[in-house]
Amino acid sequence: MLQSKSFVKKTRQGRVVKVVREHYLRDDIYCGAPSCKTCDTSAARLSTSASTVLIVDTNVVLNQIVLLENPAIDDVVVLSVVLEEVRNKNLAVYNRLKALCTNSLRKFFVFSNEHHKDTYVKEMVGESPNDRNDRAIRVAALWYQSHLGVNTQILLITNDRENKRRAIEEGISSETVESYVRSLGKPDLLDLVVPSSSAGVSMEDVEDLRPSKKKVIYSEHKPMSEITSGLHHRVYHQGKLRVNRYNPFEAYVGSESIGDEIVIYGRSNMNRAFDGDIVAVELLPQDQWRDGKSMIIADDEDDEEEDVHLVPSSADDAPRNENLVQPTAGSVAPVSGRPAGRVVGIIKRNWHSYCGSLEPMPMPAAWKSFGQKNYFIGDRDTENEVLLIENDINTRPFSSQVLACLPPLPWSLSSEDLANANREDLRHLRVFSVDPPGCKDIDDALHCMPLANGNFEVGVHIADVTNFVLPGTPLDEEASQRGTSVYLVERRIDMLPKPLTEDICSLRSDVERLAFSVIWEMTPDSEIISTRYTKSAIKSCAALSYVEAQARMDDSRMMDPLTTDLRNLNSLAKIMRLRRIERGALTLASPEVKFEIDTETHDPLDIGMYQIREANQMIEEFMLAANVSVAEKILRHFPLCSLLRRHPSPTKEMLEPLLQTAAAVGLDLDVSSSKALADSLDRAVGDDPYFNKLIRILATRCMTQAVYFSSGDLSPSEFSHYGLAARLYTHFTSPIRRYADVIVHRLLAAALGIAKLPPIFLDGPQLMSIADNLNHRHRNAQMASRASVELHTLIYFKKRPTDTEGRIVKIKSNRFIVFVPKFGIEGPVYLVPKGDKGADWVNHNPTGQSSSSLSSRFVKQLFAANGGISC
Amino acid sequence: MEYVDSLTGFRLDGRRPTDMRQIRGEIGVVPKADGSALFEMGNTKVIAAIYGPREVQNKSQQVNNQALVRCEYSMANFSTGDRARRPKGDRRSTEISLVIRQTMEACILTHLMPRSQIDIFVQVLQADGGTRSACINAATLALADAGIPMCDIVTSCSAGYLSSTPLLDLNYIEDSAGGPDVTVGILAKMDKVTLLQMDAKLPLDIFENVMQLAIEGCKAIAQYIRGVLLENTKQLEYRKGV
Repeated sequence: MLQSKSFVKKTRQGRVVKVVREHYLRDDIYCGAPSCKTCDTSAARLSTSASTVLIVDTNVVLNQIVLLENPAIDDVVVLSVVLEEVRNKNLAVYNRLKALCTNSLRKFFVFSNEHHKDTYVKEMVGESPNDRNDRAIRVAALWYQSHLGVNTQILLITNDRENKRRAIEEGISSETVESYVRSLGKPDLLDLVVPSSSAGVSMEDVEDLRPSKKKVIYSEHKPMSEITSGLHHRVYHQGKLRVNRYNPFEAYVGSESIGDEIVIYGRSNMNRAFDGDIVAVELLPQDQWRDGKSMIIADDEDDEEEDVHLVPSSADDAPRNENLVQPTAGSVAPVSGRPAGRVVGIIKRNWHSYCGSLEPMPMPAAWKSFGQKNYFIGDRDTENEVLLIENDINTRPFSSQVLACLPPLPWSLSSEDLANANREDLRHLRVFSVDPPGCKDIDDALHCMPLANGNFEVGVHIADVTNFVLPGTPLDEEASQRGTSVYLVERRIDMLPKPLTEDICSLRSDVERLAFSVIWEMTPDSEIISTRYTKSAIKSCAALSYVEAQARMDDSRMMDPLTTDLRNLNSLAKIMRLRRIERGALTLASPEVKFEIDTETHDPLDIGMYQIREANQMIEEFMLAANVSVAEKILRHFPLCSLLRRHPSPTKEMLEPLLQTAAAVGLDLDVSSSKALADSLDRAVGDDPYFNKLIRILATRCMTQAVYFSSGDLSPSEFSHYGLAARLYTHFTSPIRRYADVIVHRLLAAALGIAKLPPIFLDGPQLMSIADNLNHRHRNAQMASRASVELHTLIYFKKRPTDTEGRIVKIKSNRFIVFVPKFGIEGPVYLVPKGDKGADWVNHNPTGQSSSSLSSRFVKQLFAANGGISC
Repeated sequence: MEYVDSLTGFRLDGRRPTDMRQIRGEIGVVPKADGSALFEMGNTKVIAAIYGPREVQNKSQQVNNQALVRCEYSMANFSTGDRARRPKGDRRSTEISLVIRQTMEACILTHLMPRSQIDIFVQVLQADGGTRSACINAATLALADAGIPMCDIVTSCSAGYLSSTPLLDLNYIEDSAGGPDVTVGILAKMDKVTLLQMDAKLPLDIFENVMQLAIEGCKAIAQYIRGVLLENTKQLEYRKGV
């Protein structure tokens, strides 16, 4: 049967068009009950003995997903109208519901009521879409009731009073969530029920003790139509809101329409917008624009704590143009150049999970436990969980479907693997790996062999993950969702299940493993003569740590073959590095710290800067070379669908803060190209040993992050990697912990003709969405690692007030920002007690401001005096 | 966007991946023409009119040993949601005209009608994906109506590959998803392919599946068209009082 759906739609250009679509109604949609005699039962999912079948309403799914996820609730029919409504309202809940419906252990059945000839309902005149959907649910429930007969009870679960009343009128048994769960007689389930405001005691009945509840705090957001016309008439300005890292009540909106950043002060001006939202901003009258100085006489809310932070590592999360306006010397500038504004509407929310804390009310009316654990602020486990949730990191254990994809354990190299004509047997080679101490997921190993003609054969062997992770399997899906492993200070969240990560794929010493190898012939001057790619079988002879490898190279008494290999590699790497730097690769610095963790309590015992040795640089050099070689190979074979990594050149504006700071110290940086910048960074040496490093950190902060992309989406001129000064770059060397590398492995295998290219690569939009997801996950993983380091730093200093040296990197009107190189942390130090804001302590001289700041040494006394940083 | 629902396996309009849209054919809709037909595939609706075989209008084009087949494809201004002026002879319609002409030429026994001309006019009344196929099907019906000798009936159907599933008979939304779209035309009884078009890349094994699906679609259409023709002949018989 055919139904025509017709509706009116507004196009992106603002025109109104009528859309007519076909909507087929069918008679071959089955009910999903195995006991049914009329339907095809091959795809049935409900249990055979089900006496009650539940049909859930949309609001129940949206509010009670935790309850539905409990295995006690089963035999549920999910109607497609409900699925659609849930998808439109909350994507996260939709995904959880979808997981439930696909889980073979749960008895959730999806019934396409919208395409069934008996359950499709047409919208009646004057009926709202919501009412129509409710009616569709009731019609479907009624159909089920007559279809399954008297032996099975159909129960419509809804918390909507009106829907329930009508259902009962029409002869469908219907219950609210609470009454249904109560009837099950399982008190622990009752804890999972989220009390809804429309059922039971409504919130209005309880008198609210908080006076603020009655008052209008924020002005209402403008409707979208008004915002669009306002943007059109240039009354409003659109941009992405970025909150100041040090002050949650100050934000910036970069606006193209006025070509400057609009500053937004205070909570009410920010009007419920969060960091990352796309907002519409209205400019305040010019007399309300404040200069940098009056920032301190801010709203009452401004007295919140400013926290100590790790240094932001790239421009993406550091506010830009911070130093743009410098008040004129000594005077209180009457009009500043920075426009101020207030948010009038949010165009696009940056949806994302946030964590907050509850403060008990003075008179707790009814304090209900939600059946979850109690969490306390400052508790390490709590804070850890918070940072995982806020960065949207999936820590759930791998599902049974995923684990089913693993090869049987214990795994060992089989004769079939060796018999494979595409796999070369390289077990006779002296292969070894160098990694950080305690590394269990070893995904790269090297070998170096002098050839008779004086050249070297150098091989990089990467764990052959794609041999185990086949495209399209649940394991592959899961890995592509997770995107990357996440490294926290005391914990690692794997992308692949543990047996793969730590055993089957890990290139440990003295075991035979499968690898994907890139083998070069190099001259002693590190010129690559030929490159060969092959799948291989290797046997690593040693898994060294960086320290061990360094010690072997430095110890002149050691002359064993392994050490010789190391020295050869090192000398090759040095030349390669030099050449790379000559091409203009930047050596950027980011302060990395390292913790020693107490094995029992997991509290940090010691903290220090991560030391970079020659051995680290040696490994890095060969990994870079392998990545570049692979990038060239896959791009040559698949010019339209290769996954590459690019680092866009920073624009002039982005480098502005660096240039200003440098100019303040009397340093002239040339930023015309990466080479020029690299050279001038090399020349920037002050009396202070940390000076160069600081400048490099500042430079790093001006750059955006490198991103993955599909080569079909951009023109070849945009492929280049600025930071590495490489024309092409990709990620090939860590497939155990990055999904991008898995994709690249598949591309390379297809390029060599070993495997077929999975069809997903031909689907441009999907490839792009994978690249986007990888970028997003990569970034979140970095943020989480940083937050974890930050957390442990705080825990460490909580017990140990420390005196140490710091460097001032920035001077603000009432505070300055201090960087402590030893621990890699940065934080503000207030010079004025916080209550006494008006005090005018600075007679500052803008040009002098940072010249003193970068070179002067401040001793921690100041910190102690102000309590700013003694965490 | 999900073109095939992963939970229910239905496409956006409620079809399964291997379902065709509803088809309908009608003969004799333009009485003035020598042969005419209307063909619908879901919301795609096309009309075809045949003039000929008749004297060649432009003598210079005359072929002495076979008939000259000409084809003109056009889209009505009202055929899509927004009423747009369509210039005659733009790239797209020229290309489709050519495709239809070549496909029809392959089945018309042109050598039986030397020094004559056959005009095929097809116009899209409503477009919702698959116009090319619908036009070929309509032209087949109209040619049969005009009594032009053909070696077999040509039918056409498209198939695509979206959400990693081969889909039969794409509608406009699926067509504009940007995935591969394979249009196949076959000589139904002789089981020969006369038209195969695809302007995207597909791995060979997947391509074969998609093409096979399109061929199945063509065969189903051929069966339907045969039914329509049979019905039409019966009507004619009845009217003649045989």
